Amino acid sequence: MKSSASPPDHPGSTSGPGTTPTKPGAVTGWLKRLFRLPWAGAIAAIIVLLAIDLMADSSYLAVSYNSSTGHLVGNLIDIMRAAAPVLMIATGMTLVIATAGIDLSVGSVMAAAGAVSMEFLSNNQNAASASAALSALALALALGTVLGLANGLLVTAVGLQPFISTLVMMLAARGLAKVITGGQNARATSEPFRFIANGYVLGLPVVFLIALVIAASVALVCRRTALGMMIEAVGLNPRAARLAGLRSRGLILTTYVVSGLLAAIAGVFATASVMVVDVSNTGYLMEMDAILAVVIGGTSLAGGKFSLGGAAAGALLIATLDKTVLFLGVPASATPAFKAAVIIALCLLQSQRARSWLASIKASRRSRADQTEAVAA
Amino acid sequence: MTANQPGSSVPTSSQGSAATSRQASTRSTADHPARTGGTRRRHWPSLRINRSVLPTLAALLIFITMLAFGQFRYGRILQFNTLSNLLINNAQLIILAVALTFVIITGGIDLSVGAVVALCSVAGVLATQAGLPAPLAIGLMIALGLACGSLSGTLVQVFGVQPFIATLALMFLARGLASMLSTVPERLPEGSGLLALGQPIKLIDGPKVNDLTISPGVIIALAIVAVAYFLLHRTRFGRTIYAIGGSETSAELMGLPVARTKWLIYASSGTLSGIAAVVFTARLGIAQNITGLGWELDAIAATVIGGTLLTGGAGYVLGSVIGSLVLGLMIVLITRDGSVPPEMTTIITGGILLAFVVLQRAVVRQRR
Repeated sequence: MKSSASPPDHPGSTSGPGTTPTKPGAVTGWLKRLFRLPWAGAIAAIIVLLAIDLMADSSYLAVSYNSSTGHLVGNLIDIMRAAAPVLMIATGMTLVIATAGIDLSVGSVMAAAGAVSMEFLSNNQNAASASAALSALALALALGTVLGLANGLLVTAVGLQPFISTLVMMLAARGLAKVITGGQNARATSEPFRFIANGYVLGLPVVFLIALVIAASVALVCRRTALGMMIEAVGLNPRAARLAGLRSRGLILTTYVVSGLLAAIAGVFATASVMVVDVSNTGYLMEMDAILAVVIGGTSLAGGKFSLGGAAAGALLIATLDKTVLFLGVPASATPAFKAAVIIALCLLQSQRARSWLASIKASRRSRADQTEAVAA
Repeated sequence: MTANQPGSSVPTSSQGSAATSRQASTRSTADHPARTGGTRRRHWPSLRINRSVLPTLAALLIFITMLAFGQFRYGRILQFNTLSNLLINNAQLIILAVALTFVIITGGIDLSVGAVVALCSVAGVLATQAGLPAPLAIGLMIALGLACGSLSGTLVQVFGVQPFIATLALMFLARGLASMLSTVPERLPEGSGLLALGQPIKLIDGPKVNDLTISPGVIIALAIVAVAYFLLHRTRFGRTIYAIGGSETSAELMGLPVARTKWLIYASSGTLSGIAAVVFTARLGIAQNITGLGWELDAIAATVIGGTLLTGGAGYVLGSVIGSLVLGLMIVLITRDGSVPPEMTTIITGGILLAFVVLQRAVVRQRR
């Protein structure tokens, strides 16, 4: 519970506020606090990537206004649109990981949700109507909720380890997607449904706005109520949380349901943009993107501490990385390996041993600084 | 949960050098009651008391029931070629299940096996296409598997990353590397020595196609099962594995080489995945970056069906073999039936796995 009292600080930072020197000006102190934010690294990486893009093409960051359609166009807008699905699953994954669980099924739930909406629309007589699009959306969300509920029940009621239950769901949901479409890729035409992913509001892609609103409301509910703290308590020590009067099971169940629901939304985003669901490729390895975004955001995979803002920054970074790789002409098949290597590196940094190494390095440096200060005095 | 295997007296001497441990293991084999023959009565009660055999026996019963049901319902099940195909088609699953038995008994997990198989097969096929002779290609595949296994072992053991996270990261890495190598099906060149490993060997020439055949892959798988059985049930290394699964802290306090054993187990899991890749590629002649998708679940399911507790501490190599055969037979029956879409198999596998976990939980609870 001690982590909840202090603002979400970086797992590696061991120096308390008492060590902050008072000599430097307010600006450096402010900068220091900025760097300690969980998403500082992600933002820095985004800036570096964009700088690389800018070096390759000086007009990369240009966002122009298309007066005939009223849309903003440019690479930044593309990145926003690509970040939306990742932002959704990363938000859900953050909550699940905070309870010391994991949800490996998000990619497959995306495929299943996309499959059910596409199949519904392609069999619907008036697929172009808004009501059909809304029902397709509702079906997808309902399926995601049910699959998330199944995950949650397996974890809480049956008592299965989270990674086993969600691994089963990862394969079962993809099987389900194939069963729904009969093993084929399903396509449909529905302008209202397509609007979800390709439409614009106020010149900005509507998909990004929806994702942002959802992520922000989840963050508000978690951080402006005690819910986030409760989830962290469950992740730190489920038994202590129960003794403190929290309904651990209900909380854990909720996180899996939310994760399933958000994965379904991501699935709708991913399929609506192309209006086709590829049952074996939609959402493939997306659980890796989600986990990567969460880890980049400074959330510990051991649970008990989470940062939704960090996950959002991580999602933006992943979208930027994907676009940069495409833009620079690096074969896109190389990105999964690179992402996995980053995950492994961040896992190492989060591990107990690496942290104790870092702490000892910091301590020795501090003691040396103290010595020089003493000598100077 | 507890390591109450037959005669699970943990070695008391705490010297851990390789020479003494080998010596000790051979001595304990010689002293084993079953080997000396005279004290058979001591062997029986331990089997009867040991309730952790129950799930394995249940799996055997299920396998026999499935065989009988298939023969009765669809026919042509209890015959040479169906049974040989069952073994030939599931050789790689048997190898992976053996690998996971070791990992799961220590209370860990290896989610990377399927992806490591993909990486090793794609690398092996590409190397063969580039003109590497078959023995070297096989060596490369196994070495790659060993490298992956050592990496996950180091992550788990040295850095203390949770096993499922470490092996999950490795799963992503291996899949990523495999798709970096190639994203299209790669074919082994005609006449490659690797393909010879997949050629069936006729043992009994039956009427028409009804022959009892076996492939080098099956021989490799059975040899691995034999070695694993010996290691797990007849050596100090095996006892240490059970002890770690029972309680890692206790095992450490007893002076058992926990760190080394755990590292070895993940390394061997990777190596066995490499061997499974060799067996699979030799049989199919094709490798792709999506080879082995979901095999980790199949291998876990086979292990669990065979009576290994997912929480660690109890399990049998032979049980996992039965578990693999149950899964293989299930696919045969589904194909024969024809009314279940093949896409459903993963859902059914998952369902069976869940059912067995629940069943195990009931058995364990009863035992307490």
